[in-house]
Amino acid sequence: MITGKLSHLEQHYDVVVVGGGPAGMAAAVGARDAGAEKILIVDREKEAGGILWQCIHPGFGLHHFKEELTGPEYAQRYLASVMDKGVDVVTGAFVFDADRDRRIQLTSGQHGIRVIDSKALVLGMGARERTRGAIRIPGTRPAGVLTAGLAQKFVNMMGFLPGKRVVILGSGDIGLIMARRLTLEGVEVVGVFEIMPHANGLNRNIVQCLHDFDIPLHLSTTVAHIHGRDRVEKVTVAPVDAALRPIMEKSWDIDCDTLLLSIGLLPENELSRQLGISLDPVTSGPVVSSRMETSMPGVFACGNVVHIHDLVDFVSQESYLAGTNAGEFVTGKRRPADNVRLVPGENVRYCVPHTISTDREHTVYMRVRQPLEKCLIRLGDVYQKKLLYVFPAEMVNLTIRPRFLEQFHGDALRVDVVPRDT
Amino acid sequence: MLYDVVIVGGGVIGSAIARELMRYRLRAVLVEKECEVGFGTSKSNSGIIHAGHHSAPGTLKGDLEWTGNQMWDPLNADLDFGFKRIGELTVAMNEAQVHEIEALKRQGETRGVPGLEIWDRERTLKAEPNLTPDLLASLSAPTAGVINPYEACFSLVENACINGLELSVENPVLGITPEPDGTLTVKTRHGLYHTRFVINAAGVFADSVAAMVGLNDFRIYVRKGEEYLLDKRLEGFVQRLIFPCPDPVTRSKGILVIPTFDGTLMVGPTSHVVDDKDDLTTTSAGSDEVFDKVTQVVPGISSRDCIAEFAGLRAVADGEDFIIGPTAVKGFINVAGIQSPGLTAAPAIAAMVIDILRDEGLALAPNDHFIPTVPRRVRFGALPIEEKIRLADENPRYAHLICRCEHVSEQEILDAIHDGARTLDGVKFRTRAGMGRCQGGFCTWRIMELLAGELAIPISDVTKRGGGSWIIMQREEGEQQV
Repeated sequence: MITGKLSHLEQHYDVVVVGGGPAGMAAAVGARDAGAEKILIVDREKEAGGILWQCIHPGFGLHHFKEELTGPEYAQRYLASVMDKGVDVVTGAFVFDADRDRRIQLTSGQHGIRVIDSKALVLGMGARERTRGAIRIPGTRPAGVLTAGLAQKFVNMMGFLPGKRVVILGSGDIGLIMARRLTLEGVEVVGVFEIMPHANGLNRNIVQCLHDFDIPLHLSTTVAHIHGRDRVEKVTVAPVDAALRPIMEKSWDIDCDTLLLSIGLLPENELSRQLGISLDPVTSGPVVSSRMETSMPGVFACGNVVHIHDLVDFVSQESYLAGTNAGEFVTGKRRPADNVRLVPGENVRYCVPHTISTDREHTVYMRVRQPLEKCLIRLGDVYQKKLLYVFPAEMVNLTIRPRFLEQFHGDALRVDVVPRDT
Repeated sequence: MLYDVVIVGGGVIGSAIARELMRYRLRAVLVEKECEVGFGTSKSNSGIIHAGHHSAPGTLKGDLEWTGNQMWDPLNADLDFGFKRIGELTVAMNEAQVHEIEALKRQGETRGVPGLEIWDRERTLKAEPNLTPDLLASLSAPTAGVINPYEACFSLVENACINGLELSVENPVLGITPEPDGTLTVKTRHGLYHTRFVINAAGVFADSVAAMVGLNDFRIYVRKGEEYLLDKRLEGFVQRLIFPCPDPVTRSKGILVIPTFDGTLMVGPTSHVVDDKDDLTTTSAGSDEVFDKVTQVVPGISSRDCIAEFAGLRAVADGEDFIIGPTAVKGFINVAGIQSPGLTAAPAIAAMVIDILRDEGLALAPNDHFIPTVPRRVRFGALPIEEKIRLADENPRYAHLICRCEHVSEQEILDAIHDGARTLDGVKFRTRAGMGRCQGGFCTWRIMELLAGELAIPISDVTKRGGGSWIIMQREEGEQQV
């Protein structure tokens, strides 16, 4: 078994990748394929692979490997090619500083404090889960309120259950996956409560994790109060009004010992802030060019650190591109600079990358604000494409080919997702 | 065997008294109902050492505020829990409030508080550019400071224990009986203590403890305060404690911006009377109030940056002042109603209690072996890089990071466990591990593993803060480790 534990560590690298999850692994492979010779992945966990290890359910790799894999299988396959390509991986190591000369400082029990130079830096730190504090759920502060990801760690990695009777707040994918997982382990999952009028996870997870197990999903409903001094004893749930405020007259109490939170992910951009690169207030991730290069030359970013993805396959795809460009940056091969800005328009929250060039094909990832059926995606007045449906929880991707832009003059293109009749 | 003193309650008041008592040759025990000292009101205190000018003259709390303020430097020099005099600004938004802060300034000057200055708008904004440009003036009070109140409790009690204090936690007092010979018997969950003196430092429950000896001459009611912690990326957004002008009627200090000792911004506290002395709930009304009011003074602060929230209960006696002194029951001494500025006043209160004990006939022979200090603790993340490299070479556990948000190393967590932390919160409040932006999402299980390993207990026995605050379920018979 490939564990992704290596101890080799030098002082100079062509490319240093911060984070050994799916983003970092793909970036390292991309950098090697583009000709970079010395590549280092730094990962803070005991082994590279990121959160995939605790995602023991299937559903990974359908796009990338064209077959359905579990998270650990996906991690294994990717690590195998990382190892094949002679990438150095240092684990149990945390990068606590980076500067504009692309010099990083790491701390590790095995290697102590080390300063490492790189010619190109790739940021792939991933995301963390939003916590109770982020949404300020009223009530007491007992044990038993935890994020779905931590519960997943307890159950899948450590073999312990977080409670007997569980309420899940938020319909993010990890929460949906954990609803099924806990049910299979004999835990009673009372229901999933989502403040928005639509689910926040992939449709396939709603069906396979909730419907198939008769777990109710309460839309436009939230947890309005947590009760219990030492341990969660019950929660008060309530439907919300148009301003998303709980309507307490319609609230009801649910006895439970655990409240799982699956209320979204936040890109981990502390290192990006230390570097001083530009961040997009909507994604909370770096502003990136079509090369996945940040506002700081030679610093690239990919995966959930840029924007939250719903499928690991897209993380791998985007990150391979980031790695390729980091490799090309090192070998001196430069592509033409971007010359068109993408402007999120109607019903589009954001687009990544933020800019494109007219000379080559680009895949643009975006998220919509509102669900729509039978709609159009419109790229300025140069291109439009029919979509069967769009959904905020499912990333939309659009391939922009050079021929779309042959007649285009200007420096900004608006992207709209609109009903077909407008 | 007869104790000289039983201290009921290990908040900052009981802790400070315990430490002062151990300067003398005494047999003393501190009994605390929570799993750690400082885990009641003190844990959720704002952590402000008030400048000395806030409380009205002629009150006990007013006298003890400024005296106490000056005692924190030597205390911190001995115990190293961390204290910074960052100063404070009380902001006036209109002419009436300018008169208010001028009156506050005179009040402080009468008491001898140095350095008080009225700053005009320009000077205020130069010092604190993120305050609202709508302000008119401010009162600068450089003597104000910040500490971590729970760390002060831990250090005070750790030092007291070094010098002979007995500590008994998770041990609520069930009854107190005055004996015919003038001594007292304190009945607790873990047994009886026969003693000459009882110090009632039971915080919000001080009236119930007094009632155990038949004293019903005061009532403690509770005013709840909600506080909201913001992401550390806002560190430095304001440098000083920011106070609005106090309410002319209630004299409430209002909603503050508190750059805590660790640099995390905290906003709050609210101030509302509640009926239930266990009501530590936060509310959406409280959250709205805090963010609405605070943005009037510091417009850049947003609830979007909130990472955690909590509530604490102020112990308020009828008449609002502190109740400190002997009672009709021989040997039973009240230290009650210690609301704001109680933390500031704590060292002065401790000194006052020593005097009371002496007056009441306790022989105070100096303890010639008194050790004033505690072993220094390493804060690895705060060290300069050369020092980090040196320490990491000596002990790799310093370079092994457990909490990535607050940069806490494995060795610091092991130190905390050796210092007495037995729970996740015990580790958290000693090291900050789990206190940062991910709120333990990534490090909880690692800390549980370290606690289980060091304490030689099953990992499912690790709790959040003792009692019934279990985290994961015990495995049933026959279940296998995966």
